[in-house]
Amino acid sequence: MAAKRVSSLLLSRSFTSSLASRLTGGKSACQARAISRYSTAAALEEPIKPPVNVEYTKLLINGQFVDAASGKTFPTLDPRTGEVIAHVAEGDAEDVNRAVAAARKAFDEGPWPKLTAYDRQRILLRFADLVEKHNDEIAALETWDNGKPYEQAAKIEVPMFVRLMRYYAGWADKIHGMTVPADGPYHVQTLHEPIGVAGQIIPWNFPLLMYAWKVGPALACGNTVVLKTAEQTPLSALYVTKLLHEAGLPSGVLNVVSGFGPTAGAALCSHMDVDKLAFTGSTETGKIILELSARSNLKPVTLELGGKSPFIVCEDADVDNAVELAHFALFFNQGQCCCAGSRTYVHERVYDEFVEKATARALKRSVGDPFRQEIEQGPQVDSEQFEKILRYIRAGVDSGATLETGGDRLGEKGYYIKPTVFSNVQDDMLIAKEEIFGPVQTILKYKDLDEVTRRANSSRYGLAAGVFTQNLDTANTLMRALRAGTVWINCFDTFDAAIPFGGYKMSGQGREKGEYSLKNYLQVKAVVTPLKNPAWL
Amino acid sequence: MAVQSNGNGSLDSRVKVPVPQIKFTKLFINGEFVDSVSGKTFQTIDPRNREVIAEIAEGNKEDVDLAVKAAREAFDNGPWPRLPGFERRKIMMKFADLIDENNEELATLETIDAGKLFFLCKIMEIPGAAETIRYYAGAADKIHGETLKMSTALQGYTLHEPVGVVGHIIPWNFPSQMFAMKVGPALAAGCTMVVKPAEQTPLSALYYAHLAKLAGIPDGVLNVVTGFGQTAGAAISSHTDIDMVSFTGSTEVGRLVMQAAATSNLKPVCLELGGKSPILIFDDADVDKVTELALQGTLFNKGEICVAGSRVFVQEGIYDKFLLKLKEKVKNWVVGDPFDPTSHQGPQVNKKQYDRILSYIELGKKEGATLFHGGKPGDRKGYYIEPTIFTDVTDEMTIAQEEIFGPVMSVFKFKTVEEAIKRANATKYGLAAGVMTNDINIANTVARSIRAGAIWINCYFAFDRDSPYGGYKMSGFGRDMGMDGLKKYLVVKAVATPIYNSPWL
Repeated sequence: MAAKRVSSLLLSRSFTSSLASRLTGGKSACQARAISRYSTAAALEEPIKPPVNVEYTKLLINGQFVDAASGKTFPTLDPRTGEVIAHVAEGDAEDVNRAVAAARKAFDEGPWPKLTAYDRQRILLRFADLVEKHNDEIAALETWDNGKPYEQAAKIEVPMFVRLMRYYAGWADKIHGMTVPADGPYHVQTLHEPIGVAGQIIPWNFPLLMYAWKVGPALACGNTVVLKTAEQTPLSALYVTKLLHEAGLPSGVLNVVSGFGPTAGAALCSHMDVDKLAFTGSTETGKIILELSARSNLKPVTLELGGKSPFIVCEDADVDNAVELAHFALFFNQGQCCCAGSRTYVHERVYDEFVEKATARALKRSVGDPFRQEIEQGPQVDSEQFEKILRYIRAGVDSGATLETGGDRLGEKGYYIKPTVFSNVQDDMLIAKEEIFGPVQTILKYKDLDEVTRRANSSRYGLAAGVFTQNLDTANTLMRALRAGTVWINCFDTFDAAIPFGGYKMSGQGREKGEYSLKNYLQVKAVVTPLKNPAWL
Repeated sequence: MAVQSNGNGSLDSRVKVPVPQIKFTKLFINGEFVDSVSGKTFQTIDPRNREVIAEIAEGNKEDVDLAVKAAREAFDNGPWPRLPGFERRKIMMKFADLIDENNEELATLETIDAGKLFFLCKIMEIPGAAETIRYYAGAADKIHGETLKMSTALQGYTLHEPVGVVGHIIPWNFPSQMFAMKVGPALAAGCTMVVKPAEQTPLSALYYAHLAKLAGIPDGVLNVVTGFGQTAGAAISSHTDIDMVSFTGSTEVGRLVMQAAATSNLKPVCLELGGKSPILIFDDADVDKVTELALQGTLFNKGEICVAGSRVFVQEGIYDKFLLKLKEKVKNWVVGDPFDPTSHQGPQVNKKQYDRILSYIELGKKEGATLFHGGKPGDRKGYYIEPTIFTDVTDEMTIAQEEIFGPVMSVFKFKTVEEAIKRANATKYGLAAGVMTNDINIANTVARSIRAGAIWINCYFAFDRDSPYGGYKMSGFGRDMGMDGLKKYLVVKAVATPIYNSPWL
């Protein structure tokens, strides 16, 4: 039920209609009882055995699974227990060199960029078909490695991955330059050429979707790629890249290096033979990446970084609906979303009712083994994130915010955290300023639109914003006033393939998804030639 | 008393009427003002007093032939299409400046010829024409084709070329705006053209031709043939040396233009035709604001506007309040001499339109609609008509179906959003619609559901140079204004050539 609910939010364009069907029927009370039982049980029960085996743990370079040059491996852990799932080859600078050399050769000598766009498209479409066929195994791997609810992975994320690949496949043969008017008798045209070898560094919160956002446009445009996955979640990328080769991808076109940021990641960023870098992750790391790129070969960089996105509940809002959407905006994916609606601004007229109902909703949130059905929230990804979130919660309490519910770990084992709600949060508190990246909702009170606009914008971040209102004028005003790369009005986390996503301010630069994303992987060449006696100019 | 007349058609002393000297009355062909081949002329009439303003050369087929010959030569061998875009831009900018410099004179011509409010011509229509020319001047060096992704080893690209010689047939209700929105993009594209203004309002187009020449537009690029639809208009539509026709006017005539284009050289046509546009007012709307919008939406320019909101649908919860407010506001609506700055509404353009509107009003009464306000001719010499409002109108009445093109509003009551959408769409037209609500969901639903080329939410007549404008269904096809308005004057040519050993495809 929980996953279905989430999927209807993500896949349907009409939040209100799905919400309405959900709120009728009065099932919530008995659901809450059942869920609280799950929640207590979560820590006591034995974890469910994932319905998948880990087959691929090595680096994938030049079409082959290979050990790291150093022979080293690192363990990837099950966040439900902290136990080892598998030991994975640990890529380092030398492995990155090998991967870049393969990608370079595949770009410079082909055949990938020399294939017709139609052929590239066919390979990407076959890849999408194969992923679709292995949907459940891939989803299980994702849940096992990351801790996200299996239903969310199986019913939303893997299908979305397939959707994105098909979307980009369709772009391959529609990449156009321009013919350009000149100030004299010249024929001018621009060629939109692939940029070359792209280095891509992806995070652990949506391993597959981030893969699709990055790899899809890069390959559609005819580039070759070295992809570094997050050390927390290396498994799914290796699995699907194997499928991509089965679909006909030539060797060396996409190389996957598992490993750590300071070693493999840094090597990729500083590499003189990498022509372009794309990164999704924290703002801190983003700074390092930009710096390394600048110091090496000035490669252009796309950054999709952190956020502290406001979710604004307006005076006219229907409180029940607003609570549900604000809850989803923050708690989805264990709160591990860069665009999480982590500052919930509520108009004073509805504030008290909102806090009460938001607390009740958090209490009902079903937390437990993500492989169990109807679970809304699994464990956080690893102990580092888990500890960090608990530190933020303590900071919230220390700074005088009111802890309405949660605030602690759930159970003894694994990285489960109780859904946490703070009210009476002030803008200058740490929990209102920094990205927590966990299931911690902070509720702030406001009086009028100008005030909330100013406060919502007074952040170094600018990734997304949510607006909840029926009033057309309010919606029109806020959508322009908010300095963020995405504004969701009466919906949240709507991530269609064609909708561009990216940050203002320190939330990053560049846009992913949609037609905009192609720009990241193309460079423009102007070609000029004189015209003799042209019939027109 | 809706019509506040000054008695016997004479203005009171506070209204200063400029007496314009009519400088241009001949055809403008190949850079010269010339008599028509036949030597015939026709009269253009001042609708304020039914008096003759001037005798105008009456262009006929032979004159159109001469104009097309000049335009053809200017296109095939002349400098205009061969100038770089930035040079065309420079000349067009000068043209726009000259329009501004002659604002007062142009506004006067427009008012005496069309009966339009003088102050609005001065502050809106004439400056608007200049701005439109500037908008398209800026587009002249931004006409791009594309390089293509061919599926084999070919370099492919498209050229967006000027279509050639264009025929423009423009109406009498906004002579200056229509002139600029047709001529502007065609000039920017590098086309040459023959413009036929409406026989009711030939004066401003001839003046613009004069200014174009002063600005440096080469001879033959812009030709103006004044005359009638059946003769000059038909000659343009059926001319085998005209490459494209752009027409704004009635749906009836649009059909003739398209037929003539089809039976001659299959030239593409762009038609901007009639409308019966709905204004949908929902329960949550601000009564004061929407009453004002509905009134303006119907009565602006004496109702002589193709996008007039002539069907006003009001939701039952606000219906009575709306009528009350309407009564109050329409009382202050002043019909009077268009030179009088206190007038809201001048005379209809000519006797034919005047008679036609009055006959529709009679028909409305006969078919059982309630005459809520007005309904009578004004008590002065010109073609003045009271602002007229019908209530209890049903969808099948003639006044609910046909375009009246006058100051006549029909008010309907509705219950639900679905009903409003259904009834609003139950028309052969689809030009525009107004949606009055502050509910974001109603606004979004209705905006996508109405089959019309322009949707104005909590506003009306939101025309903008950058906003394309045109019809669905029998309101026409093709778009004027915006960068879409430029497209119809361009043809796409695909060029392909083999490439060898390309590092990428």
